Amino acid sequence: MRVSNAISAIEVEQLVREFRKGPRAVDGIDLAVSPGEIYGFLGPNGAGKSTTVLMLTTLLPPTSGRASVGGFDIVKQGAQVRATIGAALQEAALDPILTGREHLLLQATLQGIGKAERKERADALLDRVGLSLAADRRVGGYSGGMKRRLDLALALVHGPRILFLDEPTTGLDPQSRAALWEEVARLAHDEGMTVFLTTQYLEEADVLADRVGIIDHGKIVAEGTPAQLKAEIGSPSVEVSAVDADGGERLAELLAGFGTPSRNGRGSVTVQLPGGEAQLAEIVRALDHADLRVASLQLHQPSLDDVFLAKTGRKLEGTADEQADEPPAPAARGRRGR
Amino acid sequence: MSRRRPRPVVVVDAESTNPPGLLEQIAAVGRRSVTRTLRQRALLVFPLVFPLILFAINGSSLSAATKIPGFPTNSYRAFALALPFIQGSLFVAVTTGTDLARDIETGFFNRLALTPLQGPALLLGQLGGSLVLACIQAVVYLLVGLATGVVIVTGVGGAFVLLALAILIAFAFGSLGALLALRFGTGEAVQGIFPLLFVTVFLSSSSLPRNLIKVTWFRDVATYNPVSYLIEGIRSLIITGWDGQALALGFGFAVLLLVITLGLASAAMRTRLVRT
Amino acid sequence: MFVARGVAWRSIHNTLVSPAILLPSIIFPLFFLVAFAGGLSRLADVPNFHYPPGYTAFQFVFVFLQSAAFGGVFTGFAVARDFDSGFARRLLLSAPRRSGIIAGYAIGALLRWMITGTVVTIAALIAGMNVDGSASELVGLLGLGIVFNFVSALWGCGLAMFLRTEQAGAVIQMPVFVLLFLAPVYVPLPLLTGWIHDVARLNPATVVLEAGRGLLAASPVKVGLAFILLAAAAALLAVFARRGLASAERAG
Repeated sequence: MRVSNAISAIEVEQLVREFRKGPRAVDGIDLAVSPGEIYGFLGPNGAGKSTTVLMLTTLLPPTSGRASVGGFDIVKQGAQVRATIGAALQEAALDPILTGREHLLLQATLQGIGKAERKERADALLDRVGLSLAADRRVGGYSGGMKRRLDLALALVHGPRILFLDEPTTGLDPQSRAALWEEVARLAHDEGMTVFLTTQYLEEADVLADRVGIIDHGKIVAEGTPAQLKAEIGSPSVEVSAVDADGGERLAELLAGFGTPSRNGRGSVTVQLPGGEAQLAEIVRALDHADLRVASLQLHQPSLDDVFLAKTGRKLEGTADEQADEPPAPAARGRRGR
Repeated sequence: MSRRRPRPVVVVDAESTNPPGLLEQIAAVGRRSVTRTLRQRALLVFPLVFPLILFAINGSSLSAATKIPGFPTNSYRAFALALPFIQGSLFVAVTTGTDLARDIETGFFNRLALTPLQGPALLLGQLGGSLVLACIQAVVYLLVGLATGVVIVTGVGGAFVLLALAILIAFAFGSLGALLALRFGTGEAVQGIFPLLFVTVFLSSSSLPRNLIKVTWFRDVATYNPVSYLIEGIRSLIITGWDGQALALGFGFAVLLLVITLGLASAAMRTRLVRT
Repeated sequence: MFVARGVAWRSIHNTLVSPAILLPSIIFPLFFLVAFAGGLSRLADVPNFHYPPGYTAFQFVFVFLQSAAFGGVFTGFAVARDFDSGFARRLLLSAPRRSGIIAGYAIGALLRWMITGTVVTIAALIAGMNVDGSASELVGLLGLGIVFNFVSALWGCGLAMFLRTEQAGAVIQMPVFVLLFLAPVYVPLPLLTGWIHDVARLNPATVVLEAGRGLLAASPVKVGLAFILLAAAAALLAVFARRGLASAERAG
């Protein structure tokens, strides 16, 4: 299947997904991803990231709007889209009874790869993701990092040009995460693969993504390169923690004089400093004057979390903690007639 | 991370990515299903052992039943041998359904949905494992029955027909398990049906011939219960001889059950395998 | 005692608020009563089948005692689940006298079985079961059930504490199931033939079953022996359960 360079590898126009008796999980998003780009889709749990991925990978029909992946319409040309993409979705989705090699051979067979080529391709992919030695062990005995690597290998079996990764490093230890980042970067920058990556980790988006789209409650609230987004915010922020529970309220009142304070889940208050670091001294004086004791005071340079804070009034990391127990975005399992 | 110029896309060799034909798809999924079945020894052993334990106990405990006037044989063991085939089918239903439900719950189903795999291939392939389990069970039950002194009145030919009917019944129950998994998507829902199936088997002519059941309502339930005819079809080959009516009803209900469950499972697969 | 009371309260509370736990423990014995008394009643026509109260009463005693035994087995499942969820560790940490935990589970098992036993008895009476035994004989039958339930609960608790996983369910259940079904379930002992007769003759569950049937029929047999056997089993299994508890304590 020979394909030409599309202007956009992924194009999304006013995409909406509504569920019966529920809010809009995806509420009219627009985005475009260039070929060879790593696009980071960042947002807290329940923001609509996975729902967007399910639609773009043809596993969930959109309620309205249109999108094309690899030049093919996701609704009318689903089979062509699936032939063009590889996907590692939110769950590692592996069979614990089969070995790594058996997974790859099955995937290769189902993707229509010829019998002569299957074994060779499986060996090459196992070698590439560092699973050659574990290839003939059952996946049930793999570590989390190994499962994610196999997941990635399975997504690459048929040589797709566009790769969807839905929170690929969730639950991984730092080394496994770094190894996966390295591989993803190599796929994009050395092999020209387009990567659409969803994540709730700021660092992941910051380090890996060429461009970042921040999604919250189904809408894209900001988009650009990490540097552009942080430059938009411009100003640093200060995070102040009260000594006792009562102090939080007074702290918020006092800091309202410098900007819009945001209460964090950990009992601290954050406010941006439009005047820059110089305002820090003013805050300290104000605290002293109000005889308000604080446990800590930290100055933060702009981060993607600050971008999220500026756009939504909430911190992404605090939101992620608070929403840790909320049910995840609707996935394909249990889905019927939606 | 600085943005680099987009590189040319990777060209995929057309020859190596023709979507596989239906048979090849069924074979690939079937191979996986059979491998899974054979590698899970607990799933093989328990469905074999439990019905045989019941057969051993009931075959002896109920031997006094042969003294009831009108009982069709003087060997209760021969009478009871039909039951393990049906009980084994219940395990095939639960195993098939649980495996498929697990694929749905873990997202493996989504992985398969992203390939050119067609729904009928996925369903029939998954049932491949059930077929293997059904064959192993049927052969073991028959051999144990013969080893304990049961005589198959219809001879070697009858034994093969018995195996065919037993496997057909197990396949039908396997489709039922698949239907439940596709409809509800969870292992709990599949396993929750097991007690109901168990009750259905008991409320039949599993322990006594229908005409000897004294309690009227029980006899009526057994008469309307299709499981009675499945059991009687198998039993006729063991104790009666070539009974056309019993075989027609046995095969008939087995085929009907298979057609219904497979049809509904196919419809449920079309709904579950939502792809644009 | 307060440890036992607390554990027992939790056990009965969880049963009452969770239909998924309560209903199977009631429905299965009812089902067996219907299937055996309804489907196999013709067995009473077998020559030399003597049981004056009738086949429904004959099967009722089996189902009554079987439900008592399985009440204990289900308690073992609950203990195993508590270990899997980590709740058992909480109990071990907070109970000053840990043997109270076993007592609590056993009391919970008994209270749960009271519900099941009552429902089964009412169902059998509605089905027309004849009761020939006197009040004291019926109390004796109830006593057999209570002790059988206690013995089974000790077995379930002990094994669950040794194995400490919900996968232990089949291992807890199978021996009890086989023990019960290797007794004269469908016909009296003299009508059993072959190997099953030899096994049933030696099976202690046969003594308990025959004692129960005798009490219901107002012709008690082997009642003393049945209680002695059950008491001996209780003593042995109490040691077993205590050792299981010690094993759980050592595992931490």
